[in-house]
Amino acid sequence: MSFDVPDDLRYLESHEWVHTEAGTARVGITDFAQDELGDVVFVELPDEGETLSAGEEFGVVESIKAVSDIYAPVSGTVTAVNETLFDQPELVNEDPFDEGWMLELELTDESELDGLLDADAYRDQIE
Amino acid sequence: MTLRQPPLAEVYEDATLTDFGGWEMPVEFDSIRAEHTAVREAAGKFDVSHMGQVTVTGPEALELTQRLTTNDVADLDPGDAQYAGITDGDGVLIDDTVVYRLPSTADDDYLFIPNAGHDGEMTERWVSHRDEWGLTATVTNRTEEYAMVALQGPDAEALLAGETALDLDSLGRFEVAHEAVAGADSLVARTGYTGEDGFEILCPAADAATVWTALDCQSCGLGARDTLRLEMGFLLSGEEFHPRDEPRTPYEADIGWTVALDTEFVGRDALATQTRGGVDEKLVGLELIDRGVPRHGYEVTDAEGEPLGHVTSGTMSPTLGAPIALAYLPTDYTDPDTSVRVVIRGEPKDARTRATPFIDR
Repeated sequence: MSFDVPDDLRYLESHEWVHTEAGTARVGITDFAQDELGDVVFVELPDEGETLSAGEEFGVVESIKAVSDIYAPVSGTVTAVNETLFDQPELVNEDPFDEGWMLELELTDESELDGLLDADAYRDQIE
Repeated sequence: MTLRQPPLAEVYEDATLTDFGGWEMPVEFDSIRAEHTAVREAAGKFDVSHMGQVTVTGPEALELTQRLTTNDVADLDPGDAQYAGITDGDGVLIDDTVVYRLPSTADDDYLFIPNAGHDGEMTERWVSHRDEWGLTATVTNRTEEYAMVALQGPDAEALLAGETALDLDSLGRFEVAHEAVAGADSLVARTGYTGEDGFEILCPAADAATVWTALDCQSCGLGARDTLRLEMGFLLSGEEFHPRDEPRTPYEADIGWTVALDTEFVGRDALATQTRGGVDEKLVGLELIDRGVPRHGYEVTDAEGEPLGHVTSGTMSPTLGAPIALAYLPTDYTDPDTSVRVVIRGEPKDARTRATPFIDR
């Protein structure tokens, strides 16, 4: 089975992705992660305005069979959360890199991005 | 420890596997939701070869099984089956099972189905009591000889009809017949664990793949088996009862209807005492009003936060789209629509008690 790993994203070993644009980082979980979890039925996310440190657990995603913590790839302040997921958690399965995004952070330190996996390194990890 | 492999292991190599009761079993083939929905609306097949198969044969096979199960085995005519508890001397459930009185054409008299991984212990239980009581019966653990396939759902009868000469119309709920399925010498029982119409087919392990492949419908794993049984409020061994971690009697587990106090069996006297005094706690359904997924072990409290008990099983019900659970609560709290809370990661979530099954069946 092959999974989507977009080239323009950075990744954590714990299967989160991050997309950065103009100092804002959008975060979600990968195609591989949603497939491992199976049917996602519940997502718990932090409130806007909370500050997160890189590597900190910021929320929970639950499928029928499993509970999984989600980790912040970078440090920052939460500027938006995808509240659509509260009613439609299945978007995490259907569209993990777009409609299934989880939150946006205002980056504290852009250099943290350098420590993340690029698409090739993440592909190697999940193969 | 090496995991036991069901005879069908080779036909479902794409599935996600897990250790269940010492067996390497499929959790899901496609998605739990898709498999669940297929069973509710059409049909699905499950490999349940991890369930034990123990036969009891001989002049005192009835007496032996009567004295080790809670229900009245003497009620069974050939071709009948019944659900029963297996209790210890304190009336505590150590297993639940279906007891079959086999049709006269079968080689054995009785067959019972212990839960996954319990086949050795239950065989030993029957053998040691037989010897202690001096009864004449042959007890054989046939778990490795048999495969068991559950075919469940509204389309199950039509699907199976194409693969057997058996008159399925005349095979009632909890009846069993001896007939070929897809050419394999089988026992066909109208039983299941999903709340849907359906069948459980026992065939020789060597024919398992033939039978499985002939039944052309959605392959389902243990994940869907769990959500389907939970919507019905059916017990799962190890969750709703366990001799050490969750010692419960059939009355507490709300299967008092399986207890025939007018028969003699191990645990009978303790249960007769409990039925006179009543139970302090009972298994009840819960539905969460707040968002969240209740899971095994989560605490249940009253509206003021006082602990009442804990969740034994919980899930997001695919049929209802709502979080549901089972929990043992003090009997004061078991009336439907009683407000309680389930504590999820430290946060109390509003919930209410519900009668089971959670769905209309």
